[in-house]
Amino acid sequence: MRIGVVTFPGSLDDGDARRAVRRCGGEDVALWHNDPDLRRVDAVILPGGFSYGDYLRCGAIARFSPVMRSIVAAAGTGLPVLGICNGFQILCEAHLLPGALVRNAHLHFRNRDQLLRVESTDSAWTSRFSVGQELLIPVKNGEGRYVADQATLDELEAGGRIVARYLNGNPNGSQRDIAAIRNEAGNVVGIMPHPEHAVEALTGPSTDGAGFFTSVLAHLSAGATT
Amino acid sequence: MARVVVDVMLKPEILDPAGQAVANALPTLGLTGVESVRIGKRVEIEFAGDADLDRAREIADKLLANPVIEDFTLHVEDGRA
Repeated sequence: MRIGVVTFPGSLDDGDARRAVRRCGGEDVALWHNDPDLRRVDAVILPGGFSYGDYLRCGAIARFSPVMRSIVAAAGTGLPVLGICNGFQILCEAHLLPGALVRNAHLHFRNRDQLLRVESTDSAWTSRFSVGQELLIPVKNGEGRYVADQATLDELEAGGRIVARYLNGNPNGSQRDIAAIRNEAGNVVGIMPHPEHAVEALTGPSTDGAGFFTSVLAHLSAGATT
Repeated sequence: MARVVVDVMLKPEILDPAGQAVANALPTLGLTGVESVRIGKRVEIEFAGDADLDRAREIADKLLANPVIEDFTLHVEDGRA
């Protein structure tokens, strides 16, 4: 299965995301912000970092890049897309996910190993987890506070679209402790913490992050055999 | 040339911790009586010809402001130095 990882100017975690894909059994494919060609990938990851310097707002400029036009169109027809950190911000700016991510309430950049609770397994990226499962995954952001109006938050809750919440302390002031959400169809997921940094014991606090990548590979294999 | 100024502000219901930090710093400067501070962005758009408010509004709506969290106002600036 071919998993594309987009590199924007200012991406930081594209290398780790590609490595995580490889470690979990997928074929990683480099995608470039200025090239609309998705290279026949089966899924796409938008990695963490500071695309286009985070100028104007995080993700605001990246949203208009040629590769994003292709990704928005493909996501509409079911392509699995995972946005991590800056990638989550880009997905919100591109209106693939509702809400927005703004400056941490305490203004500090927060970098720590964070406990999460899985809230939804009905997505292409979380099917291998179980609801209520706890994950230890690094979080590192300055603008990770998820905000949306109350009606949108209620809709996310009612639809089971909150994918993960922060446990043992909210690192950025996110509304309703939201760490990850999904779209209605479940193919698009945005997550603020970094599962790609938690796929091997040598460098991560756990290997809990691997589940996101093995989930999408299982999802794609299931699709291929039906 | 004509200039349109776009002011972008966080919506009132969105917490502005940067503004709060500024407000909290004021008493240490001996500057009292301020109830709150909110921080926004000012964007100046120069048009080659006449000011095109409709075009400026489109630019603000599509890119300069995120309507989920921000409001914007715009006006033509006269009498450029």
